[in-house]
Amino acid sequence: MKLTLKIWRQKNAADKGGFATYTADQVSKDMSFLEMLDVLNDQLTEKGEDPVHFDHDCREGICGMCSLYINGKPHGPQQTTTCQLHMRSFSDGETITIEPWRAKAFPVVKDLVVNRSAFDRIIQAGGYVSVNTGGVPDANEIPIPKTIADLAMDAAQCIGCGACVAACKNASAMLFTSAKVSQLALLPQGQVERKARAEKMVAQMDAEGFGACTNTGACEAECPKGISITNIARMNREYFSAVVSSENI
Amino acid sequence: MILDSKIPAGPLAEKWTKHKFSSKLVNPANKRKYDVIVVGTGLAGASAAASLAELGYNVKAFCFQDSPRRAHSIAAQGGINAAKNYQNDGDSIYRLFYDTIKGGDYRAREGNVYRLAEVSVKIIDQCVAQGVPFAREYGGLLANRSFGGAQVSRTFYARGQTGQQLLLGAYSALSRQVANGKVKLFPRTEMMDVVVIDGQAKGIVTRNLITGAVETHAAHAVLLCTGGYGNVFFLSTNAMGSNVTAAWRAHKRGAFFANPCFTQIHPTCIPVSGDHQSKLTLMSESLRNDGRVWVPATVEIAEKLRKGQIKANDIKEEDRDYFLERKYPSFGNLVPRDVASRNAKYVCDEGRGVNETGEAVFLDFRDAIKRDTRKIIEQKYGNLFDMYKQITGEDPYENPMMIYPAVHYTMGGLWVDYNLMTTVPGLYALGEANFSEHGANRLGASALMQGLADGYFVIPYTVGDYLAQLAPTKVDENHPEFARAKEEVKQGIERLLKINGSKPVDYFHKRLGKIMWDKCGMARTEIGLKEAKAEIQALKKEFWSNVKVMGTNEELNQTLEKANRVADFLELGELMVDDALNRNESCGGHFREEYQTPDGEALRDDENFAYVAAWKYLGEGQDEELVKEELVFENVKLTQRSYK
Amino acid sequence: MSWVTKTLNSTLGKKLIMALTGLFLILFLTGHVSGNLLLFKGDGGQAFNMYAKFMTTNPAVKLLSYLTYISVIGHVIYSIFLSRQNKAARPVNYSTSKGSTNSAWSSRNMGVLGTIILIFLVVHLQGFWAQMHWGQVPTVTYAGEDYKDLFLIVNGAFKQLWLVALYVISMVFLGFHLSHGFASAFQTLGLNHKKYSPAIQTVGAIYCILVPALFASMPLYIYFTSY
Repeated sequence: MKLTLKIWRQKNAADKGGFATYTADQVSKDMSFLEMLDVLNDQLTEKGEDPVHFDHDCREGICGMCSLYINGKPHGPQQTTTCQLHMRSFSDGETITIEPWRAKAFPVVKDLVVNRSAFDRIIQAGGYVSVNTGGVPDANEIPIPKTIADLAMDAAQCIGCGACVAACKNASAMLFTSAKVSQLALLPQGQVERKARAEKMVAQMDAEGFGACTNTGACEAECPKGISITNIARMNREYFSAVVSSENI
Repeated sequence: MILDSKIPAGPLAEKWTKHKFSSKLVNPANKRKYDVIVVGTGLAGASAAASLAELGYNVKAFCFQDSPRRAHSIAAQGGINAAKNYQNDGDSIYRLFYDTIKGGDYRAREGNVYRLAEVSVKIIDQCVAQGVPFAREYGGLLANRSFGGAQVSRTFYARGQTGQQLLLGAYSALSRQVANGKVKLFPRTEMMDVVVIDGQAKGIVTRNLITGAVETHAAHAVLLCTGGYGNVFFLSTNAMGSNVTAAWRAHKRGAFFANPCFTQIHPTCIPVSGDHQSKLTLMSESLRNDGRVWVPATVEIAEKLRKGQIKANDIKEEDRDYFLERKYPSFGNLVPRDVASRNAKYVCDEGRGVNETGEAVFLDFRDAIKRDTRKIIEQKYGNLFDMYKQITGEDPYENPMMIYPAVHYTMGGLWVDYNLMTTVPGLYALGEANFSEHGANRLGASALMQGLADGYFVIPYTVGDYLAQLAPTKVDENHPEFARAKEEVKQGIERLLKINGSKPVDYFHKRLGKIMWDKCGMARTEIGLKEAKAEIQALKKEFWSNVKVMGTNEELNQTLEKANRVADFLELGELMVDDALNRNESCGGHFREEYQTPDGEALRDDENFAYVAAWKYLGEGQDEELVKEELVFENVKLTQRSYK
Repeated sequence: MSWVTKTLNSTLGKKLIMALTGLFLILFLTGHVSGNLLLFKGDGGQAFNMYAKFMTTNPAVKLLSYLTYISVIGHVIYSIFLSRQNKAARPVNYSTSKGSTNSAWSSRNMGVLGTIILIFLVVHLQGFWAQMHWGQVPTVTYAGEDYKDLFLIVNGAFKQLWLVALYVISMVFLGFHLSHGFASAFQTLGLNHKKYSPAIQTVGAIYCILVPALFASMPLYIYFTSY
């Protein structure tokens, strides 16, 4: 296959950036999208040009490090991570536009690399159960209904890639935040800090400069792990009931 | 030199309890006066950093990824072992200990492995308390499954994403300490060197991957939780960024490297599809519970298959060779990883491989679907089948899957004593980065157990014992050693940037990988290893004269990062070959063709090789010195593994 | 900041206001459309005019009408706050974006739809509501009591083709706005449950077609029956 690549190049956070066009030939259908970029980068290096920088690590769809807005969609045309996207999803002669995630809370670091540490700070605000190592009860002390454990697991599968923010017209981080709020709100272990958690995590999400939710459902449709927006509804419930009943003035 | 493993004396079951009691304690008011550096934020690193911060130490945590949550522990699928005996099926701490020692082909320490089994039960309690959503039965209690051929059901799991859930648990505990101000986080920061002052580790040198700034950090103790080195093979199931740099630079500063040739090859990976391949994807081992492994009975049929003249389903039953079932009638397709991998290699070497490259065997669900219906197979393996289809574009319900072994885990690593301390006082290694618990072969669902055991339940005691012996005064970052180490790192980077050769970094990495895979992979020979050594030396020379690293140090420069790592892999590769050459026996993942039983099984030599091979770095271009730690078995009897 | 203002300034708080005001306006629309069905009664507008008087004089209805005004104003103001915040959350836009593959057009254009509806509302209020309150409306007498003859005004207005067209088109926009807004309000309030959500969605789908269609049928009916 032969492809035309329109790729966003930006030297650093301060640079204005712009698109550059490259040709990728001898692309095999069995290549993953990132392997196609690897080949391009080797060619650029041999020509003495700076390779295209992009985030990636596990390349098996679980670490959440890869990103890329490909042809107008986060992680490209399939509901999967970019590292699991294969070139057979494209056709010969196609032009592919590759952009970084766009959000105020995800500033561009270089080329297609963005800074997603806002997600870490949302978790730091309350995405945990405050137990120290040791001194915890036996694992089977509190039975948890299978259906509840399964729902919690559905939410816990989030890989923190940020596709929800990238897909949302408002660059909202509701799906990400609600997945963690939901997981811990569902489980008995999360009950003690339930109210404070919802309040603090929402406050941090707002402070990072993410947008609000318009319930378009784009996040759910693009989430490579299929996290449901029922989690957003649950977070809303958690938050509203927390603000009216918690001890925090 | 004699290596002291510091295994406490006394009965096996009491060693750890006694050791904890005899360890010195740091006064609670003094804990805040000690600084600890944790490099890596996987299961071992995140759990250690969180636990130490909870105790009151000041922790600095480093990772090269953009967030601690991305560490490669996240990719572990199957589960985590613990001797809970919730299933009433005869499990016990002793049985887990015994299985692990035996599974490791008797090349691990009894004391360490017993402690691992002992603390395994606490790990599950801890994770559940953190909100890890393990699989449950309808009654609400935790579910277990048997895994990797174990005779008891002791594996806890969270769908096929156990590693992810455990890591996110540890990451949440770490995040809590970041919010408390007890952990300072340094993402996108790579460790470049250890600072050793008067023989003790006192800090590290790092490179900020965004700005390129080379910086120093001082601390009373340094913990390396930096994972394994499987990427020395270029193609492995490891993440692209997984590397040996931290461990290797520590090695060059005096930490011995133990059993480097012990690598685990996982049998069920998706085969290589072409030269562009950047990594290999693992398919859960559980597939072998229902899938049947086979290749065509003759080379002729295999050739037709490779040329596309016939399809797998066209091959008649009598022309199929279910080679695992044939050779191992009692274990069949469920033989341990090393045995399954090696046999796949044999049939492919005979020319009976089934894909275009000739390096693949079938894993067929036809009979299972016939027996159980497609619906049941879908329920069991649906997500794995989807993943396979996503990657290969083939439907495994219609055509048999193709699999091939791939490098998955490295049992070798930095030598540590019972306290997880390396040969450099104050420098520790945890998780896959150390060598200690898995011997020559790791059992399924044991890696997660070890990472968390080290971080949550071992290091908080042992590091305290060490710190209690140091004065609670700040480590002086103005010591000239810091400046010297920093300068050396800068020079190393400059040296790479100056070469300006003609070949990209991956060119060298791929070649190294091929040498390692062909000659120091699933099966090794003396001749092959000797060739490999010479080839690696030549490649190393070529690398340092012809690699092309674009850009500068003062920016995000992924090529430079890679070049640094590959430079270390080139040195490590040679040591692995030396180690494999030295070990004139076959055990676990290390199979020397010269040492096998008449029917092709691994032949151990307990008389001469029941030791840990620890290697001491002597200097650039010099062969390393072998230091042996004899393994003493007081509780188990060494037997030949048999799966016939 | 008190906890109340803090909550209302959060993204979730703002959304809560949008949902509550939106749902109240849906209730209002239900009442409005039911009452206006009297236009079809064929009694020369008697029932309709009596209803109009009741609506402008009854104290309970008055209270409801103030709530409606507040809801409209609140809905508009908070939509402006939210739109500004949402725009700021993505300072650099994508060059290519395929929103149509992951979300409904109406859900992505609630602001545009709302703005059009607001413009329509101004025309609508000026034409009827302002007339009824402050305009010179001829009166009719039923059973000895005087009533403003709003029916006459309505009949007169909808003889103009352009106004009929404006109303019908605006109702299409309203339908799209409701097609997302109805279920979305419940989602924002946290009411998403596999037992009830299908019902909410079905009711929403019927509502967003039925109510605007009934509204649109009124000018059309008058336009085509007046000749």
